[in-house]
Amino acid sequence: MSKETRAVGIALLSTVVFLAVIATVITRSPGWDTFKEFFLDPTIYRDSFAEIATAFKLNVRIFLIAEAIILPAALLLAVLRSLPGPVFFPIRALAVVYADLFRGIPTILVIGMLGFGMPSLEIAWIPKSFVFWGIVSLVLVYTAYVSEVYRAGIDSVHSSQEAAARSLGLKHTQTLRYVVIPQAVRRVIPPLLNDFIGLQKDTALVGTLGVVEAFKQTQIDTSATFNFTPYLVAATLFVAITIPLARFTDWLVARDRKRQQAGRLT
Amino acid sequence: MRTALIPGLALAVALIVAATASGSSTAPAAAAEIPGCSKATLNLLVPGTLTIGADNPAYPPWFGGDEKTKPWKISDPYSGKGYEAAVAYAVAKQLGFATAAVKWVPLPYTNSYTPGKKPFDVYLTQVSYKPERARAATFSRSYYFLNQSVVGRKGTPIAGVKTVAGLKRFKLGAPLGTTAYDYIVKYIKPTSKPNVFDTLDQGVKALKNGQIDGLLVDLPTAFYVSAVQVSDGVIVGKLPTRGTKEQFGMVLAKGNPLVTCVNRAIDRLWANGTIAKLQNTWLAKAGAPDLK
Repeated sequence: MSKETRAVGIALLSTVVFLAVIATVITRSPGWDTFKEFFLDPTIYRDSFAEIATAFKLNVRIFLIAEAIILPAALLLAVLRSLPGPVFFPIRALAVVYADLFRGIPTILVIGMLGFGMPSLEIAWIPKSFVFWGIVSLVLVYTAYVSEVYRAGIDSVHSSQEAAARSLGLKHTQTLRYVVIPQAVRRVIPPLLNDFIGLQKDTALVGTLGVVEAFKQTQIDTSATFNFTPYLVAATLFVAITIPLARFTDWLVARDRKRQQAGRLT
Repeated sequence: MRTALIPGLALAVALIVAATASGSSTAPAAAAEIPGCSKATLNLLVPGTLTIGADNPAYPPWFGGDEKTKPWKISDPYSGKGYEAAVAYAVAKQLGFATAAVKWVPLPYTNSYTPGKKPFDVYLTQVSYKPERARAATFSRSYYFLNQSVVGRKGTPIAGVKTVAGLKRFKLGAPLGTTAYDYIVKYIKPTSKPNVFDTLDQGVKALKNGQIDGLLVDLPTAFYVSAVQVSDGVIVGKLPTRGTKEQFGMVLAKGNPLVTCVNRAIDRLWANGTIAKLQNTWLAKAGAPDLK
């Protein structure tokens, strides 16, 4: 038996034993029957799936729109924060305050404050739509996070790169545009995707404004039946889109590492 | 259980009529013990105490009184004021509990039906009986039969609506956990997606902000919302009953035998006219236009 097959065999065996132990502990628990009835009702799962899946489309719409705004906005913010010289101090300071503020306030509060707060100003041109303010809140919060990711990427590009570019006669903006940012962005793609997954999940928070998205639909179904199986439906849907993205991120990271190491050898 | 509604209602109506017809009959001041329901034999969370769960904040007209006992907000169930508080104390009295032996625990509505041990004997906060719900929790007989209704703002287009079909073109909202959302989706079928709010307050805010045109709540709540919470609020109308008449019941842990005695107490309150009297005291007597 080769070393490899043995390793695979051990891995399989240990996984099976591990799962069996967990399954036994759970199914032998005193509340298992109740749990099954309240969280794993196949009929309710089937019945509520279509409705929750329909509501889930709104989550997908929300995160696609939000992400499309977040990616460029966060990059702009990161660039503003890295502007050199005393003249740009106010801009840098504002960028810092913004990032601190929106990373500090829990997303659910931002959503609640903007969603119910802004329309109560009763300014005619201010939109009243809950979905609109939900997206705005997610954009504000995630732009703050993502700009930090970009900034880390920009900082990770060695200063010799910038020096070389400047010595070739490129201006600061040109250096950023052609030398620093392309390298920075490539390096931060995995953490960017990570934040994207976070954003997908946080779309459920828009439900707190009364918008019937997947989680709110889950709550509606749960309260109509006093059964929690719809939670499992929503979880299935979220996982169904986040897992492929997580695997894709892993693959990107692996590919990147391979390339870098290959580069080192030559 | 499921069929309790119709005979219960018929009995109640018959007895109220009988009671009012014969004037002051035999209703004694101190409730006689219900046979088979002596306090010592009841299945209680804490022996000797009736523990009642309710949502916090407790809203009028269901709960009344000023904020006094912590952590209750807006109203105080301990005051015994408001329809649900009054019914709860009346049931407690029928079962032999002194006022001081009633304990209130604040509990969000969504936690009233979570599986596992309940922190209450009975829970009441406008929970509508539904057959699906009765599979997961035990419901008492109804202590109130209701209609959903629409609250709007004066001078807005929805205020002039006279029919259910007329509501179609408006943005509607309802608090979570009520049957109003079902009603919207099944019978009104509005063109824009309705909103479902976690709390009544959020729905009221959305109505004030003009983020929704109409809020669907039960009629007594509608009176409160339109009179107190929204300065330019108006009840657009009462929605017609579709299917069985909607009813509020007390929620008990699934299979809790206490329900038998709670039901007997509620039956007595219907029979001796207490419920009619309490409704008269605490719920708005004014009518609302019927939506056709």
